[in-house]
Formats: sequence, C-alpha cells, structure tokens
Amino acid sequence: MRFGVVVFPGSYSDRDCGHVVEDVLGAGLVYLWHKDRDLRGADCVILPGGFSYGDYLRAGAIARFSPVMDSVAEFAARGGLVWGICNGFQVLCEAGLLPGALIRNAGLEFRCEWSHLRCERAGTPFTGGLQAGQVLRLPIAHGEGGYVADPATLAALEERGQVVLRYCDAEGRAVPAANPNGSLHNVAGIVSERGNVLGMMPHPERAAEVELGGTDGLLMFRAAAEAAAELTLA
Amino acid sequence: MIARVVVVPKPVLNDPQGVTVRQSLHALGFAEVADVRVGKYIEVRLDGTSEEEARSRVDDMCRRLLANQVIEDYRFELAFSPSPLAGKGRGGGADGAGASRDEAR
Repeated sequence: MRFGVVVFPGSYSDRDCGHVVEDVLGAGLVYLWHKDRDLRGADCVILPGGFSYGDYLRAGAIARFSPVMDSVAEFAARGGLVWGICNGFQVLCEAGLLPGALIRNAGLEFRCEWSHLRCERAGTPFTGGLQAGQVLRLPIAHGEGGYVADPATLAALEERGQVVLRYCDAEGRAVPAANPNGSLHNVAGIVSERGNVLGMMPHPERAAEVELGGTDGLLMFRAAAEAAAELTLA
Repeated sequence: MIARVVVVPKPVLNDPQGVTVRQSLHALGFAEVADVRVGKYIEVRLDGTSEEEARSRVDDMCRRLLANQVIEDYRFELAFSPSPLAGKGRGGGADGAGASRDEAR
C-alpha cells in the first residue's frame, strides 16, 4: 500500500506527511511533483498543507490547475482515495472535487493551536476504526479556514452525512466557542458524496507521535492505509 | 485594451475584513459608515482582441480563475485608455516600473 504526497510550490506539510507515512506507519511513500501527471501507483493521494503559490489570488486557486490535479480528479472519479489537509482542502474545493469554499477566519487571526474535533461519521475510509461521537485532538494552523457553502449545499452535506469532522469542545459539544474560524456549522472536515475524497483543515500529520503531544492523527492515517489496501478501482 | 475586474465577496457572506475596516473608520470618526466590503481589483491588459471577443474572454477568465463563484461576485469594464495605476511618479523604484500597492487580503 502506497501513499502519494503531492508537492506544490509552497507546500510545507509534504515532508511531515511523508514522515508519518514512512517512518511512523511504515507504509509505502512517493512524492508527486505537481507538474507530473503520473501518480506512480499511489493508492491514497494526499494534498498536504502549506501555502501553494503563496496563496496568491485565493488559497489553492492556482494549485488546482497544476497538471497533477488532472490525474487526481480522474483518480477520484474512479474511486481512489484523495485526502486534502489544510491547503489541500482548499485546493480540493477550488478544484470542485469538494463543495463549498474556505474563507478568511472570522476573527482575522491566523489560528495556530490544538483543536478538538468530533468525528461525525465512522464509516468513511479515513475514519474506519473510529466511533461516531469520538473526540479527536489535532492541531490547526490556518488563516483561511472558514468553511462556507450556500444553504442548500450545506443542508445536503448534513443530510447525507458528508460532514465528517466538526470543531467541538473537549466534551464533544460543537459550540460556537469551540469554532476557531467561523466555519458554518463548525465544519472542520467533509467528504465527497461518494466518500472517497476527504478535506479537513486540521493537521493529522502533526499529531501522529507522542513526542508532538498527541497521536489522534495516526488513527486517520491507519484508517486510510487499511481502506486503500482493500480498494479496487473502477 | 485593459480589463478592469472587481471581485467582491458575495453579499450573504460574513466579511471580517469589511467589518474590521468599518470599525477602524468609526474609530477615526467616520460615524456615517454603515457597511464596508473589501474585495479585489485586478487589471488585465489584453493584446490584439476586439472588444466583443475581449468581453467574452474576460468573462471566461473571471469564471475560471479570477473569481471563485462560490464566494465571490465579479464585474468588469473594458477600457482603451492607459491604466490609472501605470505610469510615472508612483513612488516605486528609479525606473518607475512595477509600482507596488498595498493589497487587501
């Protein structure tokens, strides 16, 4: 089983994701330069955090046109696992692989802190082994993490169980005080209708080792690895 | 030909930058300011197109890249005159080129 970590100019979590995949999880790893259309046999493609193209124009607005994204879109259409983290989530929304958009944090601050997240749905390829209602602790680091979508889209996401992670307090309550950026409905992570594309603002790769203060992120990497290993693409 | 594109956050969206600027204007004594929205101004200089073709192409540029229609509205006008932002004495380097302007982000 092999993870493919895309590298855009300005990505900065690529090495962190690669470290978790290779050194912590012990899974296969390839880095995918954004200009290369070859996904090199990746079973799960990660779009990492960072400031691709300096967040010029809008975060992810230019990276979404990189050649590799054609292959990522085609891979997703065939059911392949695609995992967008932070800037990766922004790229997925700009590319239309996920609905909605991420806007400037409501308080205008860059929020760099631990956050609690409630897992809303355990059955996705990225949350296998978790339980609905389980509270995870992952760090966030973003200035444009406010998830927005029009009312009809938001209602559909909720109804179809596409909201996978929600900002909450330590007790698992999705209250306004636990919302670091003004995301509608405290949305921290969503999945595509089919369930194979996940976008999330928090950084699971920064909570995969005890030394960094938490290992809840490793739960998601393990889930993705197991799910990808069992997947047969169209 | 110059296309002058304005991209603004959709009215329904919370615009924290706009709120902050409004508060700052109030603090400066401009109590009459009811609302502020902060957007972007983008200038696109086009070579050798007709106005009709330019209109269609710039619209395409807006839809595909310059504006994210999930969160932004756009409008533009085409002009044949030089850009108001180009030219001499803009406080840039000695060659007068590449005048920088603060960009609201």
